[in-house]
Amino acid sequence: MSFDKILTLGQTALELGLVNALTVLALFLSYSMLNVCDLSTDGCFTLGAAVGTLVALSGHPWLSLPAAMCAGMISGLVTAVLQTRMGVQSLLAGIVVNTGLYSVNMALTGSKAQLNMNKTPTVFTLAKDALSGTALSGQFKLVVLLIAVALVILFLSFFLRTRLGLAIRATGSNADMVRSSSINPAFTTTVGLCIANAFTGLSGCLMAQQQKSFDINMGSGMVTVALASLLIGGVFLGRRSIPLRAIGTVLGAFIFRVVYALALRLNMPAFMLKAVSSIIVVLAISTPYLKSQLPLLRRRWSASRERGAV
Amino acid sequence: MLRLDDVSKTFNPGTPDAKLALDHLTLHVHPGDFVSIIGANGAGKSTLFNAICGSFLPDTGAVYLNGKNITMMPEHKRAKRIGRLFQDPMRGSAPDMSIEENLYLAAGLGGWLSRITSADKRAFRDRLALLGMGLEDRMKAPVGLLSGGQRQALTLLMATYQTPQVLLLDEHTAALDPGTAEKVLNLTRSIVEDNHLTCLMITHNMQSALELGNRTLMMDRGRVIYDVSGEERSSLTIRDLTDKFRQASGRALDNDRMLLGVDEKQ
Repeated sequence: MSFDKILTLGQTALELGLVNALTVLALFLSYSMLNVCDLSTDGCFTLGAAVGTLVALSGHPWLSLPAAMCAGMISGLVTAVLQTRMGVQSLLAGIVVNTGLYSVNMALTGSKAQLNMNKTPTVFTLAKDALSGTALSGQFKLVVLLIAVALVILFLSFFLRTRLGLAIRATGSNADMVRSSSINPAFTTTVGLCIANAFTGLSGCLMAQQQKSFDINMGSGMVTVALASLLIGGVFLGRRSIPLRAIGTVLGAFIFRVVYALALRLNMPAFMLKAVSSIIVVLAISTPYLKSQLPLLRRRWSASRERGAV
Repeated sequence: MLRLDDVSKTFNPGTPDAKLALDHLTLHVHPGDFVSIIGANGAGKSTLFNAICGSFLPDTGAVYLNGKNITMMPEHKRAKRIGRLFQDPMRGSAPDMSIEENLYLAAGLGGWLSRITSADKRAFRDRLALLGMGLEDRMKAPVGLLSGGQRQALTLLMATYQTPQVLLLDEHTAALDPGTAEKVLNLTRSIVEDNHLTCLMITHNMQSALELGNRTLMMDRGRVIYDVSGEERSSLTIRDLTDKFRQASGRALDNDRMLLGVDEKQ
């Protein structure tokens, strides 16, 4: 592989990694902090993409970002209300919202499964125009994505140290303690899911604009891909301060994309992406458990060998 | 101060598992009272605390705190006025967060977007030093790393950081080793005395039930079967308590831990 090729590969992985990183940061808030596995992520990602695409198509590329975030926030609000005020189990609430969002997304796009933005100004084309002639003109995509990811990390680093942010972290750690601090865990869960889903929506919006097209299935499997990235990031920067952990999730998203790109080069078919992410999630979550079972297995093994010897 | 009026609660009503946990219980706790509560397992002691804290809506009756009917008030809103410690030292604090972050949430300082200031840290440090456990030098340490005794002492500090109107202690030293239990109990005593707290304490240790506080309740089958304070209480022995239990309930006290407590002291 030539150096140029490696560079292009790295850049693609970085761009895709950064878009995904926004979803990973959303799960960092909902999964790692709030301890809620938000299965509405797939639908919410597509929702952000749909809303972002429609607003961009109507000629407002900048407005597409806050619009997609608001749409994500509303989706998060519905998931949160289902689980905190209506007694729906947390996982089921996510699945139900995810299913419902398919219809919502189809209704939004007017029953079109695909939308095309080839000739539409997006935040990326605007950035390209703004950066033309400067040293960064070739890297306009990276610039936009880096700014978005940096802003989200800065926000999380600040927010998770405020009283509200601490209360959200405590809700995931010990909800009883939150209640005895006179804070309603239903409220902190709601705020946390709204913010997390705003990031997921933003992620979908930027993904659609980056590839200049929207597809109704573009979010499918996103929650597993993002979880895999989150867990990879946790391996490197898992037990550090909040800002470092947030940066770790971006690193995880990037590594995931690099590994995936390398696997593609080794002739792995593209459809294997989801199987790979599933396996990574299973491995990352089950390894600590399997490790704890290891002494038992060893004892059993040596016991059976002794019996065999006698 | 704290008043329970004819409070009843049946769990699993209408099923073979139906259990009358509180039986038209009426109780009046005066300001500054330190009440110890004893009774066999399943007598309704913890259910009584749950009724005060608002973990469930009673079937009948009402709960008043400082003359205000709080029967319908949600649990987290009552928590501002009611502090509570459980037997399990892990229940009162968030293990993944540091000591100062836990204290900050318990202290309830500032608005939603406020952050821990250096003045807050100084205040936490002073309060932690009172525990005499060296926690003031470990304020950044995750609470999950502390021992059970340290965590229970921290929970005690958190529950009383904003002076509560009532402090509920649900066997809060039972899971600790004897030395640590003694230390936490002494801390409890000094915090309650310094802040003139009104306090209810469930205990299985009859000795401390009689030594601590100014009033003792004995519960059985969801009712208060013996309520003693003043001179009568100061002359009571553990033997008297077990006799009282037999008299009032018509059967012998069947709690292992309480009986063991008797053996140790005689």
